[in-house]
Amino acid sequence: MEPLQFDMAHLLAGGLVLVSFMLLYQERMYALLNLFALHAVVLALSVAWQAFIQQAPHLYITAAIALGFKGIVIPVALHRIVQRLHIHRAIEAVVGIGPTMLAGMGLVALSVGVILPITSASSSLAREDLAFSLAVILLGLLMMVSRRNAVSQVVGFMSLENGLILAAAGAKGMPLVVEISVAFSILIAFIVIGIFLFRIRERFDTVDLHALDSFRGERP
Amino acid sequence: MNDPGAMLVSAVLWIPAAAVVILALIPGYRVTARLNVLASLLTFAAALLLLGWRPPTGQFLMVDDVNVVFIVLNTLVGFTTSLFSANYIAHELETGRLTPKSLRFYHAMFQGMMGAMNLALLANNVGLMWVAVEIATLTTVLMVGVYRTHEALEAAWKYFILGSVGIALALFGTIVVYLAARSVVGEGLDAMAWTVLVRAAPALDPHLLNLAFVFLLLGYGTKVGLAPLHAWLPDAHAEGPTPISAVLSGLLLNVALFALLRFRMVMAGNPHTLAAGPLMVSMGLASLIFAAFMLYRRHDIKRLFAYSSIEHMGIITFAFGMGGPLANFAGLLHMTMHSLTKSAIFFAVGHVAQAKGTQKLADIRGLTVTHPVLGWGLLLGVFAIAGMPPMGVFMSEFLVVSSTFARQPLIAIPLVLGLLVAFGALLLQATRIGFGEAYGSREPVHASYVPMFAHLSLVLVAGIYVPGPIVAWFQHVATLLG
Repeated sequence: MEPLQFDMAHLLAGGLVLVSFMLLYQERMYALLNLFALHAVVLALSVAWQAFIQQAPHLYITAAIALGFKGIVIPVALHRIVQRLHIHRAIEAVVGIGPTMLAGMGLVALSVGVILPITSASSSLAREDLAFSLAVILLGLLMMVSRRNAVSQVVGFMSLENGLILAAAGAKGMPLVVEISVAFSILIAFIVIGIFLFRIRERFDTVDLHALDSFRGERP
Repeated sequence: MNDPGAMLVSAVLWIPAAAVVILALIPGYRVTARLNVLASLLTFAAALLLLGWRPPTGQFLMVDDVNVVFIVLNTLVGFTTSLFSANYIAHELETGRLTPKSLRFYHAMFQGMMGAMNLALLANNVGLMWVAVEIATLTTVLMVGVYRTHEALEAAWKYFILGSVGIALALFGTIVVYLAARSVVGEGLDAMAWTVLVRAAPALDPHLLNLAFVFLLLGYGTKVGLAPLHAWLPDAHAEGPTPISAVLSGLLLNVALFALLRFRMVMAGNPHTLAAGPLMVSMGLASLIFAAFMLYRRHDIKRLFAYSSIEHMGIITFAFGMGGPLANFAGLLHMTMHSLTKSAIFFAVGHVAQAKGTQKLADIRGLTVTHPVLGWGLLLGVFAIAGMPPMGVFMSEFLVVSSTFARQPLIAIPLVLGLLVAFGALLLQATRIGFGEAYGSREPVHASYVPMFAHLSLVLVAGIYVPGPIVAWFQHVATLLG
């Protein structure tokens, strides 16, 4: 294992975790979307680097999907949705930023603590990649539960999914990675179209999920 | 492709796929409803023939003793549901809840879901199975939201977000399984094939398998509707069209559980892994007891039976968690009985809701007086699902309880408690629905009774006498499940 290969992979995967943290404390909608685009770009670089060091050309397709679809198309589409629905005001958080960041740090520590001891047999590249991707997944979940707003929940889900793609790309020689990333892109496209087509604002007058919860269909 | 088995497998997958395209293109709901039935019937016929002609195991697809049972059940219920659906949607069109355009979409999605579920069952590759479960989730989400009402959209959104998170967690588990297999069987497709994984199970890294199983249990467990991950299930059942509630309860939950069982077989093959059983037993028990108490205070008839599905998935997960030939046998039998009974109940409920024009339990009273055939059919279904003898559900529940008593008497106490609480709730609700002062509309409804009574008579026959070869087959599968 050449040190440069390892260092670059490490840097890019670590960068993804860092951007996940930055997503956690965003208070403005547009800033959140821009950062998500950055998240996707870092993912694309990371996957492309994996494609290079594993000599797996099909991973370049995954990287291109990450860059084109999640780095450009989705953020632009979400920008327009936010604009059209007039929801660019501040994002409502369920818990404050301080506790969220603390919880995030705890989750990163947890994923490193869980993954590293049990993968002592694998190469250090694969181990750290898996630990970082679990951290990104858990941070995405944290973002989904700590925000009330539909758009930021979707961004949380997409960052979670970026963590999965990182894990799949890091698992050397894993087949079907491209198919899985395509399947996920379809899923995300559905979510985004769903926000728009269902016109949550028109139906519910808000994209605050708290308001959706008021109806439970259980009234006698 | 000259092998008859391989042709049958492609028929089971390609008939629904072709039907998606055809049904999306053809206008006119009468034609498409019939084509939908025809496609489902052909798929069922191909699946039945698979019992006789088994294709060679491929890298992506396979038919083995375990999944063939599920495929036949899946396509059978798919076929009867399409019959029911043809009748159901005619009424929905009349009342204007569905438009001809959304019906085209609905039929295409119905076949898409059937095809995706068949693919998930036939897959010999953990990645392919994951993709298939994801497609099945997406198509059902779209169908749950098809009425475009406030409630339907909320239910679809909730199902979508929870289902997607579940499926994302399952993918992480799948990747970890691949990592565990890679160091033993080498890189590439082999490390994702079921057949290879089960054979190589003793050599796989137990720590990685443990980590993977936790994620898979949470991920696919969300789709099974195990408490506390069940939040999407009642909403999705209540707000979507009733044929979809029938296939969700009867089939999609089974498919997710089937995925979990496959991974459990890998876990069971490795002596150093954490025991998967206790995890499944505790989640199953929690679902059973939670849902049993929730049954009492329902106000919506479809929600009532959605909670009953959570309860029964809990029982099945419990049985497979106990493991061993007898409990697995009971679990398999219960899975089959629950699929048949619950879809029959939803067939009845669909027509009841149409006849009464409401899903509110308070407005559905004295059904045996206003709609005798429908009312007695529904009551028969409820008695069956509550576990009254001589129906098949009684037999499988009895087997679950007795095998638990034989091995772990202490765990049997909460199990029996949950069963009794649910029994009481269902009986109470059933008497309210069926008897008492007749309420609401008395207009006869154009109902298709055939699918409902066909399912119920199968359940009744299974309760009295199961043919020897089927018992032997189930016993064989039960030992394979470990």
